[in-house]
Amino acid sequence: MKRFRSLAAAVASIPITLFGLVLITFLIGRVVPIDPVLAVVGDRAPQDVVERTRHEMGLDQPLPQQFAHYVVELAQGNLGRSVMTSNSVTTDIARFFPATLELSSVALIIATLVGVPLGVYAAVRQGSWVDQIIRVVCLSGHSIPVFVLALLALLIFYATLGWAPGPGRQDVLYQDMVPQVTGVLLIDAALAMDWDALRDAVAHLALPALVLAAFNMAYIARMTRAFMLDSLRGEYIVTARAKGLSATTIIWRHGFGNILVRLVTVLALTYAGLLEGAVLTETIFSWPGLGQYLTGSLLNADMNAVLGATLVVGLSYVILNLFADLMYRVLDPRVR
Amino acid sequence: MLNRRTLLGAAAIGPLLGTAAFRPAVAETPKDVIVMAYQIDDIISMDPQESFEFSGNEVTGNIYEKLIHPDLKDPTKILPKLAEKWETTPDGLTTTFHLVAGRKFASGNPVTADDVVFTFTRAVALNKAPAFIITQLGITKDNVAERVTAPDPQTVVIKLTEQFAPTFLFYCLSANVGGIVDKKTVMSHETAGDMGNAWLKTNSAGSGPFALRSWKASESVSLDANPNAMPLPKAKRMLILHRPDSSAQLLALQKGDVDIARNLSPEQIKTIETNGDYSLVKGTKASVLYLAMNQNHPNLSKPQVRQAIKWALDYKSIATNITPNIFVEQQAFLPKGLPGSLTDKPFSKNIDKAKALMKEAGLENGFEVTLDTQNVSPYADIAQALQADLAAIGIKVNLLPAEFRQVITKTRARKHELALLRWGSDYMDPNSNAQTFCENVDNGEDAKDRTLAWRSSWQNKELTDRAIAAVREQDADKRVRAYERLQGDLQEVGPFAVLLQQVEIAALRKGVTGLEIGPLSDSTRYVDISKA
Amino acid sequence: MSATSRDWLLTETPASRRQAAWGRRYRLWLQFRSNPLAMAGLIVALFLIVVSLAAPLLTNQDPGAQDLAHRLAKPSAQHWLGTDELGRDIYSRVLFGGRVTLGMVVAIVILVAPFGLAIGCIAGYAGGIWDRLLMRITDVFLAFPRLVLALAFVAALRPGVTSAVAAIALTAWPPYARLARAETLGLRGTDFVAAVRITGASGGRIILRHIAPLCLPSLIVRVTLDMSSIILTVAGLGFLGMGAQPPAPEWGTMIATARRFILEQWWVPTIPGIAIFLASLAFNLLGDGLRDVLDPKQGG
Repeated sequence: MKRFRSLAAAVASIPITLFGLVLITFLIGRVVPIDPVLAVVGDRAPQDVVERTRHEMGLDQPLPQQFAHYVVELAQGNLGRSVMTSNSVTTDIARFFPATLELSSVALIIATLVGVPLGVYAAVRQGSWVDQIIRVVCLSGHSIPVFVLALLALLIFYATLGWAPGPGRQDVLYQDMVPQVTGVLLIDAALAMDWDALRDAVAHLALPALVLAAFNMAYIARMTRAFMLDSLRGEYIVTARAKGLSATTIIWRHGFGNILVRLVTVLALTYAGLLEGAVLTETIFSWPGLGQYLTGSLLNADMNAVLGATLVVGLSYVILNLFADLMYRVLDPRVR
Repeated sequence: MLNRRTLLGAAAIGPLLGTAAFRPAVAETPKDVIVMAYQIDDIISMDPQESFEFSGNEVTGNIYEKLIHPDLKDPTKILPKLAEKWETTPDGLTTTFHLVAGRKFASGNPVTADDVVFTFTRAVALNKAPAFIITQLGITKDNVAERVTAPDPQTVVIKLTEQFAPTFLFYCLSANVGGIVDKKTVMSHETAGDMGNAWLKTNSAGSGPFALRSWKASESVSLDANPNAMPLPKAKRMLILHRPDSSAQLLALQKGDVDIARNLSPEQIKTIETNGDYSLVKGTKASVLYLAMNQNHPNLSKPQVRQAIKWALDYKSIATNITPNIFVEQQAFLPKGLPGSLTDKPFSKNIDKAKALMKEAGLENGFEVTLDTQNVSPYADIAQALQADLAAIGIKVNLLPAEFRQVITKTRARKHELALLRWGSDYMDPNSNAQTFCENVDNGEDAKDRTLAWRSSWQNKELTDRAIAAVREQDADKRVRAYERLQGDLQEVGPFAVLLQQVEIAALRKGVTGLEIGPLSDSTRYVDISKA
Repeated sequence: MSATSRDWLLTETPASRRQAAWGRRYRLWLQFRSNPLAMAGLIVALFLIVVSLAAPLLTNQDPGAQDLAHRLAKPSAQHWLGTDELGRDIYSRVLFGGRVTLGMVVAIVILVAPFGLAIGCIAGYAGGIWDRLLMRITDVFLAFPRLVLALAFVAALRPGVTSAVAAIALTAWPPYARLARAETLGLRGTDFVAAVRITGASGGRIILRHIAPLCLPSLIVRVTLDMSSIILTVAGLGFLGMGAQPPAPEWGTMIATARRFILEQWWVPTIPGIAIFLASLAFNLLGDGLRDVLDPKQGG
């Protein structure tokens, strides 16, 4: 019962956190020294047109009133209209967010598939040169600015070796070919059974996903190693060893099984970081994701877009955090 | 040994190897599609009566046609487009246009005088960013019904109440805002009395060589050939891909993933200049880069200081070293290509002269000042070069690089001291630049017209009056002289140091030809682009 | 180290608290020293700091001196690492750039660590409504997309070192608060804290003199590991044009302004990139080693 009460409290805190997010973003928007009206009317407009448009956009009202207006609209699910794309912010987000989700998810999967075994292996061979090498390799991936990594990857794998296709999500041939259902190209192409488009989408996804994965692998590997070291020291393991079970069984079935819950927590946090951190990679790979959208609208003081995108990222982060918290508290048998 | 480890290793490399299998032996774009890499994140609308950004104007310039257009080789000549001939009454107030017979929009609807009237009506009624080009002719929402009329389906009559220079009207009508739209199609998508604006933002209804297939903001623009165009475009489809990184553009060009790259840097252009696999297309743009000196600063308002600054800058070095190929020297406010442009260069780096002027102003020990600039190259680089040049005469410049719109907001509010800015002409008439550089009718804080002269707090009644008179000068030669004198005088007394004029360069792959880059955004033509 | 001082430090029966404390520190140092990677990290980090501080002594060229006629020159005897897009000497710019980059990182850490520590300790010790309020605020800042907050702040003030530092600091403090709070919660119920409370010490004094110092080890580890990601964030902001502005040399900005040369004059953006990589890796290794020594349970 107590467990559910703390869970309920955690869920109830989400709206408060989001409210705080919205408030701060709103204030930032009004403080940014970029006149959003200029983006709409242009630089050559006479002053009376500027003032009239400012009034039409509701920007001459006092700040609290503007904020209240925004919150009321938000409660009805209306995120407003983007100045830059002329679409409703909801439409924009429905277009850009799946792209980021796609990239982040694949990056996470790769980072996990490589990082976890490396971490286990490093733990099993603790202190040896293998352990050291894995540590250096992982940390190296985490020490290069991700945009440098991206540029180098393009240079090597696209320009020089020709293994990967260039920036962009799809090849010219497949533009507009796949009907949009979820916005995630991999899924949509599969649903439409357009296997050529699917192969093309995978090919374009590979390089940016690998770059992001290389960057985030370090954290996953390190945490896996730490957890495994902890787990392998436990009495449970001593018992298993005494029973004469093989090393592989001990490591993977018992040692690793022990840490699954904590590992999932780590993965959830990494995922949240990926979602909000893809901006720089998206720029280099021309990946039309939320990061690019957010940066672009911020630099044009397109506040509806900024608010909407920030909310989405913030919400994802909060949900993932809650999920991680949940797993930790509810399912970890060692925490009561 | 097949165990978890090797499996996982394969999982990581897999995607890469897999993609190697996906790539065709030679990367090539599809035969009948022209693929162009261009920075197009500035587009906010495809409605020609709303579009006002570089890329938006360029694209809509290839979707819509105007009544007339200037001959790019000799801008003083006006050529027919949708109008085949025209007459003006002796008093210069009424012009009658006769439309070419048989022209059709992409929808199949015929181009009629009704569409022309509709176009200009919505231009002034919607009153978006480019509307001022039409309203400055005295045509407003309230009087457009009398001023622009269609006595019959092939004739349009435009009545002005003020007599401007004969070509002024034509230049204004040939601006992008004069792109004729298909009334029937646009109105069938009207909502809430917006004259179709919401729909036309993301669709097209024009008679030009291309029609809009799709516009994905900050991603791509897809164009289909218009079957009713005259002449027909050589390419069946055009795809413009947004590639913000110039290195990525060059890579894509080299790999054959794009046919044309538009935003290469001077160094990148040098590397492919001598390579026979690529060709370059250059076009001088009607866009000048200048240093503005806000006259509300006590030191900058001293005439000797203004001239000292102009004599301290190393124009040649900047043009040759920092911006070869993409900017050329120009020191008058009318860019080459516009009638009346002054191309002699009175200023060159002369430290002694500059220092003497500073001494005359009583400021031989120099002073400190800020310089606002965009933080992208080459502007940031040019700003740093200016900083070094001015340091030599004692002026300590603090750079304030910022985002483009931040700089615009600040200079529009007159909060800058020095600012490095660009001005692109909105239409081919010299008035576009003369008005903004010379005219300042009301120097007050609440002035309606925020010309560049106003933004630099500079009011010179004589030059203002002369600029206002020049746009009404009936004699063509006299008019050219008037503008030449204005430019010369502005160089002597104005708060602007004009530095460079922009040149756009596009790199094309072997076999790709036909791109024409014109002085205004909407004079860049795609119609003749073809692939061998 | 003489045999007697070593004995004094390693004795099993310290005669004073001071001796015990120093003995502890020495043992930690020995443990740290046995880790080759951590030592490598420490040496490289120290090297970079020293070199940055000594920048004026190590070069006679002005990092801001332009030579437009010799832009993008290859490394030569006159310019050891070549020149950049305005003809400035890259070698001196890297040296002076270290001051800016590392200086920004230090400034951020100095702002962030004490602030986060304070918030976390207060929240953990006071509990109740204070805890909830402070943690709510922490959550909001944690959930904020980091780059957005930094970008927004920088756009609001004006791009430059000060706003970049402020912006990154604003987003970097929450994890420290959380960490400190977790530690404080663990310490709150211990006997020795109860003992101190009995002696009549006020809450503030308890936090300041007893609890906070115990949080320091994990905080130090966190700081060192964070240094690397702060360096990268500073570079990232520079890449977006929002960090230190030209002509100031700063590694990230240098990469940003030179990135268009990566295909032909690759050394111009790559050299500052290598500098960032070395600094980042050094701090990562250092932090990792510290974690092994100070807080084995956390990192392994």
